[in-house]
Amino acid sequence: MSNLQVSVYRYNPETDSAPYMQEFQIDTQGRDLMVLNVLTMIKDQDSSLAFRRSCREGVCGSDGMNMNGKNGLACVTAVSEVIKDNKLVLRPLPGLPVMRDLVVDMGLFYKQYERMQPYLQNDTAAPAIERLQSPEDRDKLDGLYECILCACCSTACPSFWWNPDKFVGPAGLLQAYRFLADTRDNATQSRLAELEDPFSLFRCRGIMNCVAVCPKGLNPTRAIGKIREMLLSNAT
Amino acid sequence: MVTNITNLGRSGLSDWLIQRVSAVVLAVYAVFMVAYLLFHPNLDYATWSGLFSQTWMRIFSLLAFISMAAHAWVGLWTVSTDYLKHTGARFAFQAVVIFAIFVFLVWGVQVLWGA
Ligand code: SF4
Ligand code: SF4
Ligand code: FES
Repeated sequence: MSNLQVSVYRYNPETDSAPYMQEFQIDTQGRDLMVLNVLTMIKDQDSSLAFRRSCREGVCGSDGMNMNGKNGLACVTAVSEVIKDNKLVLRPLPGLPVMRDLVVDMGLFYKQYERMQPYLQNDTAAPAIERLQSPEDRDKLDGLYECILCACCSTACPSFWWNPDKFVGPAGLLQAYRFLADTRDNATQSRLAELEDPFSLFRCRGIMNCVAVCPKGLNPTRAIGKIREMLLSNAT
Repeated sequence: MVTNITNLGRSGLSDWLIQRVSAVVLAVYAVFMVAYLLFHPNLDYATWSGLFSQTWMRIFSLLAFISMAAHAWVGLWTVSTDYLKHTGARFAFQAVVIFAIFVFLVWGVQVLWGA
């Protein structure tokens, strides 16, 4: 017997007055599957289930969801890593509006990302070929550029839950620092000015939920600390 | 740019600094108080009021009171903007907190320089 019990959050705003949990039995044939495989098997049973996925190898960031209480990517999370009491509980990422089942509206998350102007800004004359960077300066971007914008971190952050319209959230702040730390970018002052108010960055309380869930092993809290240092040395 | 008019320093950075510095002042004051009480197990009124009649102790205490006021305001303002989503309720809460802090501060000054 290798029956896996799965409880899935269901909500279709067109037909359901309220969300509910639906139970499924999945025959794993004794294998330790990835959560995304389980979802695909559930979709074979009930094709009305909605969830996002694309690359199924932790690259695209589409299938961030809450698995037994912890955010992560379903495609690279083995059932054995998250299962409790022989039951798999799947919910959408917390804190964002649910559009349907496991699909959330990422609008606010992207809006905060956009606010960080995540592109290189440099108003000096462009060189003939490209802006060069020493290997040491390039190394400063390690641990920052790898973010796949899956939103696992920001939707695990209580500060983002309470003020998603004002607090940038760990993902956006990691990207803000990615450009602050880039020697080819010279918009440092305007980037810092955008973060000085009491909400955008300073709502971070350093509880590190973001670090605990990032499927890429990145550390937004450290990046936030670095930005705070930059703001402090800028102001004193 | 996110703007606010009800926070203390008008900037997240100054609020953050105020919070850190006032925490250090409060920690030093608390450690001093505990140490003083430990060194004076049979504390009587004369010794206690003697301590507070000295100018340095009054300045130190006032500094601690002001730190407490600032610390409480920054902290409770943050809590209210996290959890109180209804504007009226949030404003009422902030007004009560400001009033209470003001009363305690004036009262504290009166106690320090009164007796
Ligand atoms: S920092 Fe990590 S958890 Fe957050 S969006 Fe990027 S990859 Fe996802
Ligand atoms: S450390 Fe900051 S950004 Fe990360 S989860 Fe905590 S409050 Fe959010
Ligand atoms: S499907 Fe692309 S990250 Fe999981």
